[in-house]
Formats: sequence, structure tokens, C-alpha cells
Amino acid sequence: MKKRYQLTDLDCANCAAKMEAAIKKIDGVKDATVSFMAQKLTIEADDARFEEIMDQVQAVCRKVEPECVINR
Amino acid sequence: MRHQPLTLLKKAARSAPGWFRSLSRKQQSRVGRVLLAAAVLLLLQFLPLGTGVLSALCYLVPYLIAGWDVLSKAVRNIRNGQVFDENFLMSIATIGAFATGQYAEAVFVMVFYQTGEWFQDYAVGRSRQSIAELMDIRPDTANVEQPDGSLEEMDPEDVEAGSVIVVRPGERVPLDGTVLAGESSLDTAALTGEALPRDVGPGDPVISGCVNGSGLLRVRVSRPGGESTVARILELVENAGEKKASSEQFITRFARYYTPCVVAAAALLALIPPIMTGNWGEWFHRALIFLVVSCPCALVISVPLSFFGGIGGASRCGILVKGGVCLEALAKAGTVAFDKTGTLTRGQFTVTDVEAVTGFSPEAVLEIAALAEAYSSHPIAQSVRNAYEARGLVVRLSGRKGLAARIKDVEETAGFGVRAMLDGREICVGSRRLLERCGVSVPPGEPEGAAVYVAANRTYLGRVLLKDLPKPDAKAAIEDLRRSGVAHIVLLTGDGKSSAAETAADLGIHEYYAELLPEDKAAMAEKLSQDAGGLCFVGDGINDAPVLARADVGVAMGALGSDAAIEAADVVLMDDRPSKLATAVRIARKTMGIVRQNVAFSLAVKAGVLILGAAGLASMWLAVFADVGVAFLAILNAMRCLRVEEFRDDASTQP
Repeated sequence: MKKRYQLTDLDCANCAAKMEAAIKKIDGVKDATVSFMAQKLTIEADDARFEEIMDQVQAVCRKVEPECVINR
Repeated sequence: MRHQPLTLLKKAARSAPGWFRSLSRKQQSRVGRVLLAAAVLLLLQFLPLGTGVLSALCYLVPYLIAGWDVLSKAVRNIRNGQVFDENFLMSIATIGAFATGQYAEAVFVMVFYQTGEWFQDYAVGRSRQSIAELMDIRPDTANVEQPDGSLEEMDPEDVEAGSVIVVRPGERVPLDGTVLAGESSLDTAALTGEALPRDVGPGDPVISGCVNGSGLLRVRVSRPGGESTVARILELVENAGEKKASSEQFITRFARYYTPCVVAAAALLALIPPIMTGNWGEWFHRALIFLVVSCPCALVISVPLSFFGGIGGASRCGILVKGGVCLEALAKAGTVAFDKTGTLTRGQFTVTDVEAVTGFSPEAVLEIAALAEAYSSHPIAQSVRNAYEARGLVVRLSGRKGLAARIKDVEETAGFGVRAMLDGREICVGSRRLLERCGVSVPPGEPEGAAVYVAANRTYLGRVLLKDLPKPDAKAAIEDLRRSGVAHIVLLTGDGKSSAAETAADLGIHEYYAELLPEDKAAMAEKLSQDAGGLCFVGDGINDAPVLARADVGVAMGALGSDAAIEAADVVLMDDRPSKLATAVRIARKTMGIVRQNVAFSLAVKAGVLILGAAGLASMWLAVFADVGVAFLAILNAMRCLRVEEFRDDASTQP
């Protein structure tokens, strides 16, 4: 399943790149893009575990940039 | 001299209070803090503080005003395991400067860093905003007609296909549909970039996103809101960031290694040389300069911002690009292949000549053809009628001399033509085979293009010749492409050799492939994309979706309303003028140029400052410029991608 999320307070381009790399490493994530300009996260992951994966994604993002919120 | 940027900034803030108020809360507080810290710093320059503890404490005030959030973020991020984050790097560098007694320098670096951060924020926000404005083509409401005739305002998303909506003068058409009643002209500028009004009346399709002119329209909705042209365009542009260009990936990958490497180099610089020379303070200071230079954001931000600007600028011209990677491929394309029908040519026939046998005038032949086909809906019949009317003659259907009184027993055979009785004569109008079937002997000789043969009372009278003419700007488009450096231009078509050769010659294309079946076209695309730079294929998207997908960049033309094209293509031209392709190539090349400039410039400056810093020739002021100043210039440069006026003017002056 492919889903798109709006991000709030994603303030630095390098953080976006770091998040993208970190999200791609999460088990079950097929592909992910974090667009700094569009403030968007596009993620493709296993349907069955999607919510669980998204929790992990959120945690990873908080590590990179604590202020950034994924609008789920 | 060193305070000049700050005084300028203050002046700017004073002279533009309205501008200040337009900033977000976060930005306002940042600007305020920077100004306050700068003012305190300036004041401290005039106080006789010496170099003692008192001085350090005094400088700590502006330092904390400007940078407390940087420090707190640095601490927080270290706890999260993010060591090489720029807050951390700036904190270490400035604390280090403090520790070595360079108070003013530490404060200045922090103030300048914050100014740069603020400007980045501001610039990125502005370019996001200008693209959002650009894309402000989605109407908020639709006036839906209820069964009792009243109107209800609804969100266009919730309107179902088949509903009837009313579009008042001046309103934006909220949904795709067909006009039921009313006449008006539609302004398609928001979609195509050209302010060309299009007249519509009952039966004509209307596309969401256009602005209604002076007439009231009743429209039957043909597609639900979520699938309307506007919704699809917006989705496409909004998701353009997903397809990242290789230069964007390069720079983020580069940044991943760059920062740790420079930090490691800083550590070595602080330790190794002093072991030999013993000058610990000096080398420590040089290492701090390295830390400031190691911040990666300036590098990372300039590339996506340029692509974003380029994509936004292109959409302003009615060119939708599906991502940075498509822009990159378009700029690189060494070969451009055009589909013929509907792309370079109009896709419909125009009467080019009327031949008549001796004793008959071409007008008479054309008249018989036009009258016989008066009721036909075939496109060729339409073209024949248009040619007749273009000569100032009108097919009158009623009245004493009207058609209804003159023509009888009309019998149309699909694919062949029409047999009828006109003024008491038996006429045959249509293909050669129809006339032969009616027992008319037709002189041999096949014309190029299409022909409508005319006979009366079983005698051949003449024929109307039609051709699919090139679009008015097709030739200019090809020349334009050549000028912008695309040397290899190819024509692909399913039509016969003679018509392909003629179109190619007309347009100045030296290479063409005719009689191609759709699968041949795909194979041809495969072959051409082996060429240097890759292949850009331009089609009208009707039956060349596989070819669009196969090419390195697929460009779909005249995509207003064609779903398959929007899906399959990488670049979508909103109107059907081939000259838009040259514009697209230019925008792509300009964007790529700016991307390259930015990457080269920021890398060169950073490398330069690193070398100077290691040699002890750079100050921390220069280092902070290498970070913030370069980001500043790169962003200003990236904003140029948004400016496409030159291309718009260029496009609108062409016929």
C-alpha cells in the first residue's frame, strides 16, 4: 500500500534526507520519499503491518527532527 | 564594516513593518532575537570591557539571545543519537570560540548563522507559497442543481458524475462536464499558461480550472470531483517531489559522508599538528573553522529548491513535469521523436484543393459535396462543409431554396459516402469505391492524403482533396528545438510513406519512419533511446501510451481531458502546441544549469574555505559565510528557476 502524509515543521533539507534514509531501513518498508519542498512523506509498505510500521516511522522521524510531526 | 549586514537588516525591518507582520510567529521571534543580539553586540564594542570574566559574561548575553535554541536542540539531538547535526556543530564551534577568548566572534557567528537559517526558512516558504498560488486553480464550491431547481453549494469533491451544475460568469469551472445550456467563453490561462479564450456552447465539453467568461453555463458533470482535470493536475504537481533527480540523490548522499569526514578532519587538525608544533590554541581555532564549514544544509537545500522552482515555473507555462528526474531527462535528451498525427499535424483534414472535369467549376463540385454531406457527422464531411462555408457560401437547410427542398433520398454508407437525389439528379459523393459501386468510371491516380469523389447522374465531375496539415507553430517548434541544441529530430507515424515524407519536408525534419504499427513505434523508441542523451517522445497520448512509457521522457500533448496520457507521460503539455516542447526543454535546461551552478559553487566555496582554514588563512567569519552565505546565494539562484516570463512571452507571440 502506498500512502502520502503531510509533514509539519520539517525545517531542514538535510534532516529530510536523513529521515528518508532512516525510514527506508525500517523492516517492511518497500520505498519511501521525504520531500522537503513539498513537506510530504510518501511511503510504500506492507499492508498488514502498515500502522505498526507507521509508528516506527514516527519514532524515527522524531529522532532526526523532534519538532517534525507526521499528520496521520 | 563587519556590522554592515546587520544594520542593513535593521533598516529593512524598520522600513517594512507590514512585511515583518507577514512572517510566521516563529520567524518573527527569530528576526527579533537576531536584531536584539546584534544590537547588544554592537553596544559591547563601545564598552571598555577588557578580556576578563566580566567581558565573557557580557558577551554571553547576546550569544544566548541569539543561540539558546541552537544549544538546546544540540543537546536534545545528541540524546537522540544525531551527532552530526548542524545545531551540534554550530554549538561546538561557538563554544570553542568562547573558550579561546574570541567572544565577539562567537556571538557574530551565531547571529549570522541564525540570520542565514531564518532566510532559508523565509525563502523556502516563499517559493512554496508562490507555487501554491500558482496551483490555486481548485474552486472551493460547486453550485449543484437540485431536483426542485434550487441550487446548493457543495464541495466539488462530493459532486457525482451526472449531476448538473451552474457556473456563473467570472467563476472557475469546478468540474469537468458538458455544456447543457448557455454560451460563454472560457479562459484557460490557469491550465495552459495562455490567455486564449475558448468559446463554448451547448454540447461542448468544459474542463475544470478554466474561468468562465460572461455567460451563465449549465453543465452536466462527466466525472466525479476526485477525478476532475484540476484534481489530477494538482495531485501530479504536489507529488512531483517523489521522483527525485539523480543530482538531488547525489547531493544528499554526498552530505551523508561530507559532514563526518570534515568533522574527523577537524579532530585530526586539532590534535596532530600541535603535537609537532605545540601551538594548541591556534590549531584548535582552525579545527573550529572546519566544524562551521562542515554544516551540510546549504548544499542539500539548493538542489531540491531549484527543481521545485523549475517544476513550478514550468506549470506556470502549462507544462506539467512529474518530478525532478523527468526535468533532468528532458534537459539531457539528445533525440526528440514526434508522433505525426495530432502532434505535429492538426489531426483533422483540411480541404487543400478541388479538382473538376472540364466544363465544371471547382465551386460546383465543392457545392455538391458539401450539400450531400450536410447531414453527415463524419470528420471529413465536416471539413468539406467548413471549406464550403469558408468561401462565403452557406448550406441553408430550410426555406424555398433550402437544402431540405433540394435533396431527397439521402443514403449514407459508413466508410464509403453518400448517395442522394439533388435537384432531381442522382449524386454520389464519397470514396472511389463508392463511385465504382454506383457504376461511375473514375479516372485513375491516387492523390496524397484523402479525397472525396463527386459524381452526378453516373458521370464523374471531380474530387475534393484534403490533407492533414501541420499545426501553425510546428515548423517554428522544430527550429526552436534545433536552436536549443537538440540535433536529432525524428518523425514517427503510422501513415503512409508519401504523407510522412511530405510532412517531414514541410517541417524540416530529415529523418522519418512511416507505416509503423503501435508496437513498431515502441520498438523504434527502444532503439532511439540507445542514442546519446536518451529519447524524448512526444505524442498526443491517444494510442501511444506504451511508447510514452518506453521513452526516457514521454511527453503527452493536448492532455486536457486525456487520462491515459496524464498517467503514462513524464511531462504533460496542457495545450496541443508543439512549440511548448521547446519551452519545456529550455526550462529543463535552465533548471539543470542552475542546479549545476549551485552544486559547483557551494562545493568550491566550501573546499576553498577548508583549505584556507587549514592553512590558517581563514577566519571564522569566512567560515560562517561559507555555510550561510553560500546557502543564501544558492537559494537566490534557485529562485530564478521560478521565473519563466521570458518563456511565456516567447510562447504567446507565436501564432
